[in-house]
Amino acid sequence: MITVENLSVRFGSVEAVKGVSFHVPKGAAFGIVGESGSGKSTVLRALSGLNPDWTGRMEIDGTALSPHRSKDFFRRVQMVFQDPYGSLHPRQTVDRALSEPLEVHGIADIEPRILRALAEVALPPAVRFRYPHQLSGGQRQRVAVARALMSEPDVLLLDEPTSALDVSVQAEVLNLLSDLQVRRGLTYVMVSHNLAVVAHLCGTVGVMQGGVMVETVSADDLRAGNVMHAHTRALRTLCMALEEPA
Amino acid sequence: MTAVVIDNLSIAFPTARGISHAVRGVSLTIGTEKLGIVGESGSGKSLTARSILRLLPASAQVTADRLSFDGIDVLRASEAEMRAIRGKRAGLILQDPKYSLNPVMTAGAQIAEAWRTHRKGSRRAALQAAEHLLEQVQIRDPQRVAGAYPHELSGGMGQRVMIAMMLAPDPELLIADEPTSALDATVQAEILRLMEDLVSRRGMGLILISHDLPLVSHFCDRVAVMYAGRVVEELRAADLRRAGHAYTRGLLDCLPTLSDPKVRLNVMTRDPAWLT
Amino acid sequence: MSTPAALRDWLITETPSSRRQAAWGRRYRLWCDFRRNPLAIGGLATVVLLIVLCLAAPLLATHDPGQQTLTNRLAAPSAEHWLGTDELGRDVYSRLLYGGRVTLGMVVAVVLLVAPLGLAVGCIAGYFGGLADRVLMRVTDVFLAFPRLILALAFVAAIKPGITSAIAAIALTAWPPYARLARAETMTVRNTDYIAAVRLTGASPWRIILRHVTPMCTQSLIVRVTLDMSSIILTAASLGFLGMGAQPPSPEWGTMIATARRFILTEWWVPLVPAIAIFVASLAFNLLGDGLRDVLDPKQR
Repeated sequence: MITVENLSVRFGSVEAVKGVSFHVPKGAAFGIVGESGSGKSTVLRALSGLNPDWTGRMEIDGTALSPHRSKDFFRRVQMVFQDPYGSLHPRQTVDRALSEPLEVHGIADIEPRILRALAEVALPPAVRFRYPHQLSGGQRQRVAVARALMSEPDVLLLDEPTSALDVSVQAEVLNLLSDLQVRRGLTYVMVSHNLAVVAHLCGTVGVMQGGVMVETVSADDLRAGNVMHAHTRALRTLCMALEEPA
Repeated sequence: MTAVVIDNLSIAFPTARGISHAVRGVSLTIGTEKLGIVGESGSGKSLTARSILRLLPASAQVTADRLSFDGIDVLRASEAEMRAIRGKRAGLILQDPKYSLNPVMTAGAQIAEAWRTHRKGSRRAALQAAEHLLEQVQIRDPQRVAGAYPHELSGGMGQRVMIAMMLAPDPELLIADEPTSALDATVQAEILRLMEDLVSRRGMGLILISHDLPLVSHFCDRVAVMYAGRVVEELRAADLRRAGHAYTRGLLDCLPTLSDPKVRLNVMTRDPAWLT
Repeated sequence: MSTPAALRDWLITETPSSRRQAAWGRRYRLWCDFRRNPLAIGGLATVVLLIVLCLAAPLLATHDPGQQTLTNRLAAPSAEHWLGTDELGRDVYSRLLYGGRVTLGMVVAVVLLVAPLGLAVGCIAGYFGGLADRVLMRVTDVFLAFPRLILALAFVAAIKPGITSAIAAIALTAWPPYARLARAETMTVRNTDYIAAVRLTGASPWRIILRHVTPMCTQSLIVRVTLDMSSIILTAASLGFLGMGAQPPSPEWGTMIATARRFILTEWWVPLVPAIAIFVASLAFNLLGDGLRDVLDPKQR
């Protein structure tokens, strides 16, 4: 479904991403972990079309991507951002936020679709005419997920979708994401600095350091400790040490 | 040593739909120890900690049978008395160093200023003290960092500068409000370890506020779990596995882990009885 | 829905069943918030009152505003002339009512021209950046470089003096600050995640600017507009005084002060009356604008 080959991104004189390659089959979930500055979010932004300055080759469903994307691309590929406080327009109700993608793509039956979308992310219909500041963090992230699903995409790009949420809410959103993937056959690319979260949702994990993807490993191998690169091992050890209570 | 005593603290805010009770009857004592206050957003954990420094929004209505810092009644202290506590005897570290550091002053100058506000000494002595403090927060190249502006520093480095600034007046208590939520997992552990180490070595008290219970438990002696404005459970960090309250167990249970893969994560069912 | 109570319940329900109900409920709640601010209500009432008085000028005026009685110059207020007469013996009260039509009409026309123009230029420059930004902002700078009155004067002098050209001239000199303001707001909004999210829906830049960026700029623009009202009135008055605005004998508040200012120490009521009118109008617009700003920000509720 998604093929990235030798992707490089420069910001001025700094090369943020240096020749990253990976492949995600249809219906699979691929996770990218790394520290801030490792270039993991930059990969996602280049893939989403938000950053047109990249070199290399990116394909979605066999079609090569150009720096400027068609409208159809934006219907098929959607993104969920890290901060649900920042990714919803503060002056627009949930209703407006959800109808926007439908209006842009000229999709009819706006009302029933909005109601269905709210039900799908387990939000009560009463939320429909609220503003973002009247919702809790978890509810906002559910709205953001619902908005991404409005145009019925095949690919969902997830940029740290739970790191701004409380741990109890994180569990709910992660469950929602795995349910949606099964129900709709979505392909995920997820970026996070939390190894446990990535391994939970994604079958394959790419570890990035300094703009390079140093290792691609399956979640099972990661759990079992069958990893090659020192950085992966360091991340894994730390994650294991801190996840259990003292 | 210094002890903070909080007895039956309540904080309420007037809203359009009546009064909302953010903190409801919290009692805690903190001595020379490391206390973690854990809860989700809106549980009142930050408000409780900030009430010790009287750093609450102006509209907050605070009542308490007792709220004291080393014998000083915080609710009745004058603003001058509070200023003597804030910064000097108790430091506050916030979530994001990007917003709590002054963007147009070098890191060294900010630490030096914090040092000079509370101690007497020349500008040169203050700058030397600043570099020494940066050394203490394990910055390898203190001279370079002292001359750097906040935007030239990474998140972890900024938080170290913030800690150095708070340590400058040699406080007795450090309050850290989600000090590592904006940082990477690896840096997170480093910063928490550093804080724990400094606090133990200097014989200070530490209040660590967080929503990540397993993480916090590694760096605290005691943990108070807050839910909807109340402390539902208070226990030694070592006893966390034997937690009694369903909410505490829920917080431990709902995290995805590497060692124990689950198809679905446990989701907390909130019992209305927890509210009473 | 027949009784007021039922209508109110329908409006304030937490769970509106349709978009129409939600929209009306939102408006009703805005009004409730607005009503709670007595200063804003005072401002609104004054503005409405001024407009009604001016529209009803032919009914309320006691004299023809242009009728001169040179034998009765600079008379003090009396039963015949409620607010006295001016230097040509014209009734000040009647001139005040008719003058309000000209003055308020000019202010409203200028604002209607200036605010959308400034908003459009600022948002386009701020959103696209690069060349568009540089060209549009340099044009803005050119207009900002001249003193406002001089530029307006030059413009009116180039075409023919009169109210229409005065409006155009003031509008021409008043838009640059709005463009600057809108650009600054747009620059902070442009890189937020919520704009990125809209870009990812595939919406065109024009749609993004119109539907997502401009709403974030209107709040500061409203404040700026209401603060500008008084200075627009004063610019109109200055133009009138220099013979470039409203032409005699048509009354205009600024011109009335300008021509009567010689008598400020002797027959002080003559210039004072239009001055009070300008003051009241400016204050009312300011209070109204402040109230609107507080209410329009949904986060404050």
